[in-house]
Amino acid sequence: MALQIIVPNCTVCGACEFECPNAAISFKNDTYVIDPALCTECEGDYDSPQCAEVCPVPETCVPA
Amino acid sequence: MAENVVALDSLQIASRNALTQAMESDGCSSSSCGSSDAPEDMDPETWAKVKDHPCYSEEAHHYFARMHVAVAPACNIQCNYCNRKYDCANESRPGVVSERLTPEQAARKVIAVANEIPQLSVLGIAGPGDSAYDWRKTKETFQRVQEQLPDIKLCLSTNGLALPDHVDELLDMNIDHVTLTINMIDPQIGTEIYPWIFWEHKRRHGLEASQILHERQMQSLDMLHERGILVKVNSVMIPGINDKHLLEVNKEVKKRGAFLHNIMPLISAAEFGTVFGLNGQRGPNAAELKELQDACAGGANLMRHCRQCRADAVGLLGEDRGQEFTMDLVPDEVTYDPEKRETYREWVKKEREDRRVAAESAKAETVASVAEEAGAMLVAVATKGGGRINQHFGHATEFQIFEVDAEGVRFVTHRRCDNYCVGGYGEEDKLELVIKTLEGIDTILCAKIGDCPREDLAAAGITAIQDYAYDYIETAVSAVYRDRMGLPSAETAEIA
Repeated sequence: MALQIIVPNCTVCGACEFECPNAAISFKNDTYVIDPALCTECEGDYDSPQCAEVCPVPETCVPA
Repeated sequence: MAENVVALDSLQIASRNALTQAMESDGCSSSSCGSSDAPEDMDPETWAKVKDHPCYSEEAHHYFARMHVAVAPACNIQCNYCNRKYDCANESRPGVVSERLTPEQAARKVIAVANEIPQLSVLGIAGPGDSAYDWRKTKETFQRVQEQLPDIKLCLSTNGLALPDHVDELLDMNIDHVTLTINMIDPQIGTEIYPWIFWEHKRRHGLEASQILHERQMQSLDMLHERGILVKVNSVMIPGINDKHLLEVNKEVKKRGAFLHNIMPLISAAEFGTVFGLNGQRGPNAAELKELQDACAGGANLMRHCRQCRADAVGLLGEDRGQEFTMDLVPDEVTYDPEKRETYREWVKKEREDRRVAAESAKAETVASVAEEAGAMLVAVATKGGGRINQHFGHATEFQIFEVDAEGVRFVTHRRCDNYCVGGYGEEDKLELVIKTLEGIDTILCAKIGDCPREDLAAAGITAIQDYAYDYIETAVSAVYRDRMGLPSAETAEIA
């Protein structure tokens, strides 16, 4: 249970990185990646995954 | 003296009296429209804050340069004039930023620029993204710069949604200029501009989104004003959506203490991939923009010298030297050398004092030699900065437009011609287009002009004069005006 970032869509704005309650998102090789081991899809913290909620580009933070 | 309003095709100008009356009737304490004030128009505390800030003082924009660094790309709202895939079309011109910087890179770049461009007085963070939402990066950048360049003015531009959380940190960092982008005070209108906002861990749409944004923007404005931080409000004029409404916005932000209101035209094209671009929403033309700006005179002071610069612009307004300072050209280690900037500041102090004295005496001379009811006249000036006529006609990429009447000389606007000059046209065509941009202008002053363009301008009814090369703008424009409007010289001599 985790989300992933579709790299060609990502604008590399980094909003997801600091909204993530699990510090699961980091900047690697010119893009942001989600560590599936840390991602909880925000369950228990928020109603919906924060990365998908804040991301400016549709269909970019999606279920892995 | 009767109201002396001269209407031209693309421009409506009012006499100083009419403007002052309008402002006084609205309770405005200063006649600082466009903020081209001499100190007597403004309280000393405010003047001290704006006198070296090119975006807040028309006078300062002749002497001082700004730079923007794009360090805060994350944003908490979506605007219909912005496509995040290609950065924000309205916070930076199309073409947008060429590179995003880490706070460490940005600080290094600022030092490199300060060493090369002694006019540098302001560092701004102006998108893409929202500087207050992406606060960690904004703050780290400011702290790093302040450590090495304590005298540089820091400012930021934000939509205001996240700002109330950081206002007190701004105070701690001595940030006394903030630009808020406020496009509406009626959330219903906001729904046509903002499809969503991200607020308290949820994406909000429609009226709810605009309602929250509006409340936070007003809260930001109030908090900043209470703490003595100067606020410039930027509004994007979107015909058919908020164009008429911006009059209300102007009144409201003025009431809440905004120092300056900058109404900018929507820049819209399908290729930007923005909602507005794709659905054919047009931007306003120059006449529509001018009409709105004039209608707002008497509200918050209007900024008329904005160049809508890129989010990584470097240099005096009207020039962009950003390409000289891309990160690959900035050394790994740079040490700040204050000498150039200190020398320049000393020089400017004297120079602007000289200019003020010269302008005052030119004004006195004009008052003594021109009939009070003499009409207003528009003069274009080719200048590279410094408040002097110091640019070759053929090198000018924009002209500054000054209005002069018996009351004195004041900056009205600038008109760009580089949009036309970029490639593809022969010299003849280019000149034709420059002449078009000078429509309604009586006289152009430049440091030098060739015979051919001078004759072509004359044929179009525009007098080109190079006799005032390197003079102050105010003295030269006054002299031209006296030549045109002055009483016969014998009488002038008697009066003098």
